Amino acid sequence: MGDKRSLTVAQLRRMAKVGDVASSAVQATLKPVRALGFPYRAPTRPKGVVVPEQPSKLGADFDTDWARKAPARAARKVINRGPMQALVQAIASPEVVGLDRLADLKELDPAPAVIFAPNHYSHVDTPLMITSVPEPWRSKLMVAAAADYFFDKKLKGTMAALALNAFPIEREVTTRKSSDQLRKLVDQGWSLVIFPEGGRSPDGWGQEFKGGAAYLAGRTGAPVVPVFIDGTGSIYGKGMKRPKPGKTKVVFGAPLWPEEGENTRRFNSRIEAAVTALGDEALTDFWTARQRAANGTNPKLTGPEFNGWRRQWALAEQRKLGKAGQRRRQNRRWPDLG
Amino acid sequence: MPRPGFVLEVDRSTPPSLFWRGENFSLEKLPAGRSRVIYPPEPLPAIKDIDGAIRNALLNPIDQDPLPSLLFPGMKLTICFDDVSLPLPKMRRPDTRQRVIEAVLDMAADAGVEDVHLIAALGLHRRMHEYELRHALGDRIYDAFHPRGMLTQHDAEDPDNLAVIGETPHGEVLEINKRAADSDLVVYVNINSVPMDGGWKSITTGLASYRCLSAHHNGHTLQNTRSLSGHREHSALHQSIWRLGKVLRDHGPKLFQIETTLNTDMFPEQFSFIATREWEWSARERATYLATTKALKRTPIKLARKIFHGMEGPHQMTSIQAGETSAVHEITLEHVYRQQLVPVEGQTDILTMGIPFVCPYNPDGVMNPILVMCMGLGYLFNMYRNKPLVREGGVIIMTHPTYRDFNPVHHPSYIDFFEQVLPDTTDPVVMGQKWEKQFAEDEWFRHLYRTGNAYHGVHPFYAWYWGAHGQQWAGKVIIVGGDPATVRRLGFTPATTMDDAFEIASDVVGRAPTITHLHVPALLVADVS
Repeated sequence: MGDKRSLTVAQLRRMAKVGDVASSAVQATLKPVRALGFPYRAPTRPKGVVVPEQPSKLGADFDTDWARKAPARAARKVINRGPMQALVQAIASPEVVGLDRLADLKELDPAPAVIFAPNHYSHVDTPLMITSVPEPWRSKLMVAAAADYFFDKKLKGTMAALALNAFPIEREVTTRKSSDQLRKLVDQGWSLVIFPEGGRSPDGWGQEFKGGAAYLAGRTGAPVVPVFIDGTGSIYGKGMKRPKPGKTKVVFGAPLWPEEGENTRRFNSRIEAAVTALGDEALTDFWTARQRAANGTNPKLTGPEFNGWRRQWALAEQRKLGKAGQRRRQNRRWPDLG
Repeated sequence: MPRPGFVLEVDRSTPPSLFWRGENFSLEKLPAGRSRVIYPPEPLPAIKDIDGAIRNALLNPIDQDPLPSLLFPGMKLTICFDDVSLPLPKMRRPDTRQRVIEAVLDMAADAGVEDVHLIAALGLHRRMHEYELRHALGDRIYDAFHPRGMLTQHDAEDPDNLAVIGETPHGEVLEINKRAADSDLVVYVNINSVPMDGGWKSITTGLASYRCLSAHHNGHTLQNTRSLSGHREHSALHQSIWRLGKVLRDHGPKLFQIETTLNTDMFPEQFSFIATREWEWSARERATYLATTKALKRTPIKLARKIFHGMEGPHQMTSIQAGETSAVHEITLEHVYRQQLVPVEGQTDILTMGIPFVCPYNPDGVMNPILVMCMGLGYLFNMYRNKPLVREGGVIIMTHPTYRDFNPVHHPSYIDFFEQVLPDTTDPVVMGQKWEKQFAEDEWFRHLYRTGNAYHGVHPFYAWYWGAHGQQWAGKVIIVGGDPATVRRLGFTPATTMDDAFEIASDVVGRAPTITHLHVPALLVADVS
């Protein structure tokens, strides 16, 4: 037993020696690299010094300037007109109407930057808008994206900035810094898609509009174009695991400008009313929607007041009227009856 | 600042002038020293805020209460609009009619008006196809009104849907669409491309019956219509229409006339050489001209027509006025003249003109031989004020292939007119007395007009009457490049080249006549002193 232990000790010593030799060999190899030191290596921190924490580069501070430079624009053009367009066509088959309402803006030289304010049911809305917005705005279009969702990871933020030209913006309040940046970009001719609801609909009905689009219009002087998107909620609504291809309709409205002395809240209400009327127009027709708009009786995007199953029931009824009610015909397999 | 129209005296350094030849063009050298070319004024700038201008016109009408004050719940509102014959070529979307009617509907909705009806004021023109209605009114209006039967096209042969308003002291009966006659308010939305349109002519022809129209659309009246584009007192046609207008004003429904004018920016950028003066053609325009003419020569005629009729003009609104019909029309005329008037000194021995692929009666169709006559002698010849450009007994030379080709869907009665009436007579008065009734009352033509997309059976007569004054005025009419047999059937003389035409004309106007070329389109009105 004792022999066995002494053997073991000897072996351990030998092993330690081998380890030492190996370690010194590694040290010797690394010595020239280590000799290079800072700045090839990270700086060492002196004792007793408190290094201030680096400000976050994520969220609203995510840098997206590079995404508006020529190389990124060229890459995005390829993405948008190739795979994105094909994908949107494949899963959403959009019908775009109301572009004639933008004809006057288009005729201006140069066509002014515009804030597009659509309702928001699904992740499909963003690529749908990017592929539906007409030229000259389409090639200089940014998308206001929730900073806490799209820009919380570096890779995710980079992909969003590259493919969608996403610009980080806070959901609840548009900060002065963001709005200053956006004003600069609008002055440079960049148009913006901003979903005034602040996020996708949780239950398929719309949400109250937040004042972001109205506030930015006031700050930048850009007109707001109300847009209604119908059908995306049942294609890839919040909570759905995989997209279910269907049909959609994108209705563009007439551009709106803040009126003399109109505050952000009132202008926001006007934008919401315009999108609501467009929603009615998409499900009925222009004249019915216009008459109801005059009476203030357009069906609300936010749905009926009641909760629970009745709300969902009403949603199903409402979807039947729109594009979601026109499902693509499934390929039916008839039984072989011999 | 757009340049006004002007008259170019042709000298040896003047480049050849552009002529339309139906679905193609040619450049023709005019003799130096005795020729002149009349160039139209450049397009006036369009209104910057068109929707704002429309709203302003509706809220501040002329000699009439603002539109919102004429609207009330429970009323019967009828909105009528000009048909596909205007403007030419069709304008880019959104069309003026769509913009104006949407603004009217906005106000009607705000006032709580529910009974609204839209009527295409066709007169005896063909019914518009769905795509044409959609183009003129926009998809929104079409989808909202047509499925409910609230958008219809006037039927001048529907006895149940016509109402007699009254009669003029001259015995002319005013019979118009019943829905309009029974309305509390009729809003008429017009596009005024030429001075002869608009005013009382809008409703008294657009919504009238055949019986009503035949009172002034006849050979005798049109021969005595000595000024379609100028002074109304010299136009027997307009005199008659204004008399009917008085009956309408005194005994008809309340009217709210909306008139608009367009600039002459008629052709898209790729055809910029049409509107550019030849000596100002850039290398690009020269190349475009060469490529276009050579390509069109080799293009099948049906495809060439499709290309030309598919063209959408960038013309845009230069004015809008609304209110009492007569007062509104006077202002409209001022705007039309501001765009189109060119002062010209003296008449000429020979008037030359290129006939384009389209006239008001063949949008999306064939420019058949009768329409070539109508366009040349009816429209272009009549684009003058004071006196015609060509002296009485002078020669008119047109360039057009004048193929013997008809659109059987749009112009069925034109075929019979060409085959039966023209071999018998080309005299408007004689054909009116001998043949008109038979065509007007033909059940098959009536059926095609009412249910298909055909012009009324009598329409080829009206097209022919339109050129009656020019036909009477000119000593000879020559068509260069036209099919000889077809041209002879029209009563004109065929010529192969322009030089041949001048040679033929020398029999009438001598060896060294003065020549004036009308450089149209764009449209112009020659103010001949």
